[in-house]
Amino acid sequence: MSRIEKVFETKRKSGEKVLIAYLMAGHPTLEASEELVYALERGGAGIIELGVPFSDPLADGPVIQAAAVCALENGTTLRKIFDMVSRIRQKTQVPLVLMAYYNSLLGYGVEAFFDACKIAGIDGVIIPDLPYEEQQEVTPYLVENIPLIPLAAPTSGSRLQKILAHARGFVYCISSLGVTGTQDGFHREVEGFLSQVRAVSDLPLAVGFGIASSQDVRRLAPYVDGIIVGSAIVRKIEETGGNPQAVEALVKELSDS
Amino acid sequence: MHMKHSGKFGQFGGQYVPETLMQALQDLEHALEACLADAAFMTEYNRLLNRYVGRPSLLYHAEQLTKKLGGARIYLKREDLNHTGAHKINNVMGQLLLARHMGKRRVIAETGAGQHGVATATGAALFGMECTVFMGEEDIERQKLNVFRMKLLGARVEPVRSGTRTLKDATNEAIREWVRCVEDTYYVIGSVVGPHPYPLMVREFQKVIGEETRSQLLAAEGRLPDLLVACVGGGSNAMGFFHPFLEDGSVRLVGVEAGGCGIGTGRHGAAVAKGKAGVLHGMKTLLLQDEEGQILPAHSVSAGLDYPGVGPEHAHLSETGRVRYESVTNAEALNAFRLLAETEGIIPALESAHAVAYGAKAAPLMDRDTIIVVNLSGRGDKDVHTAAGLLEGEL
Repeated sequence: MSRIEKVFETKRKSGEKVLIAYLMAGHPTLEASEELVYALERGGAGIIELGVPFSDPLADGPVIQAAAVCALENGTTLRKIFDMVSRIRQKTQVPLVLMAYYNSLLGYGVEAFFDACKIAGIDGVIIPDLPYEEQQEVTPYLVENIPLIPLAAPTSGSRLQKILAHARGFVYCISSLGVTGTQDGFHREVEGFLSQVRAVSDLPLAVGFGIASSQDVRRLAPYVDGIIVGSAIVRKIEETGGNPQAVEALVKELSDS
Repeated sequence: MHMKHSGKFGQFGGQYVPETLMQALQDLEHALEACLADAAFMTEYNRLLNRYVGRPSLLYHAEQLTKKLGGARIYLKREDLNHTGAHKINNVMGQLLLARHMGKRRVIAETGAGQHGVATATGAALFGMECTVFMGEEDIERQKLNVFRMKLLGARVEPVRSGTRTLKDATNEAIREWVRCVEDTYYVIGSVVGPHPYPLMVREFQKVIGEETRSQLLAAEGRLPDLLVACVGGGSNAMGFFHPFLEDGSVRLVGVEAGGCGIGTGRHGAAVAKGKAGVLHGMKTLLLQDEEGQILPAHSVSAGLDYPGVGPEHAHLSETGRVRYESVTNAEALNAFRLLAETEGIIPALESAHAVAYGAKAAPLMDRDTIIVVNLSGRGDKDVHTAAGLLEGEL
């Protein structure tokens, strides 16, 4: 059983949800990111998603865009992120998922990217701009036990069957249209959408985009197995200059709700 | 019309977008396919081009310029004479008709030089649609006239402050907005870029330029041209101009990229010359980028060519060798801007001045019985402010 499967299985047995916490690698610095990963785990995060900074992050809102600019300005590269992941792996078994735009993989080399994921100890990869129809470009290079996490949107409709048929890991359900950190509220049919995904897939479901408060968590938790929090954490990192205690406290509050 | 296109041009093209947009792109693909095959739709489109845009545009024999340069006979395809002053309106008319057909009442667009923004705002006014245009702050500064025109036409101009504050980031913001309101909003892309079916659709709505050129030149000279020249930012005017000639092996096709301060300086917009394959704005194409895959800022004196990529079909045509891509610097483009004004009394857009500059370099090297057609994609009124700053003291 993979580390991701184990986390969902353990939480399911105890009737709890998995909190998936996102941070941008290299924001405010890579050294700080490493400490923040441990803080997120202490705060109760079951899976940690590491953003790879990209110059043109199409799926992200202003908070994560600004974090990416910061990470790029201080020289963060995929190579350095893999080095950090290797160091983290010597200290903890918390599942680590990389979220990278496709051009970052192309720049690194797709085959080399997945090999590096395996060596460093990555547990899954999310590529927000590589939809199902384009994934055959990377499938020859996928390595065992590092799934490409599928995304499902309220607009996916009849596509769900196709995009989830051979999926592994967990399903990343998008709670609202728009970019990450959206303030517009969840999609009007979010509950129906989550139930529809549940009917189509046996994988654990996690929901993200615009989840910032305990209230948001309580509203969506009944429909899913995991809750993804990104911009709210990145904002806290930005405000506190990457203070691990502050971030740990935020995650603790969210995971207790 | 060969529809049911794969969405790929060789290794380029595709649909590299968030899952949220995939259903919308597939709906668009189906609607486009139906409309292009629908005689009533095409009649309506052609009627708008004729009665509103003012097509066919002239194919003008530039005799003074020809005499001055000594060499090939130079013709200008006068897209600058279209309503709103550039080729952009051809595509906008097609896409807005399609949007109306799909029941969309709100449209968004990105713009660089402002020509596509003005064309979209114009069409939205005509069709009674709500319109928001995303434009980089730097471009808002250098294209003030167009910003005012858009506002006058009832559009909202949304300043983009992220990244380079030019066309690249305006496109990012327009795509983000489309993801947010994809259920009721139509995104009018202004060039042969973006995810499938946009590159194909924009080409289809621009190929009238090449089709007219072909029949007008056959009527005037009884033969095909030897060389076609067009500027390439994203590349919609060039794609529409070249496409009807792709099968004519005797016609040389040259796309002119922004050489900026020189393509050796790192400050330019020459994505074919200096880019490598990557993914941006939903397409795989040639992009200016560093070794990590971070997109590099482009540079050009002309806002419309200030883009780090190129349409995927251009990337493909450069790979097959059917079209040759050259570059012209800011300084050369400015010289051509003056040259055309002084010899023919025509002030070209700075984008189009790149094509004029290449044509002016090529003509003297060619025989007098050869023919060059330069696509004059837009007029230069919008650039007078920029040019005045750069040419100050020389006039």
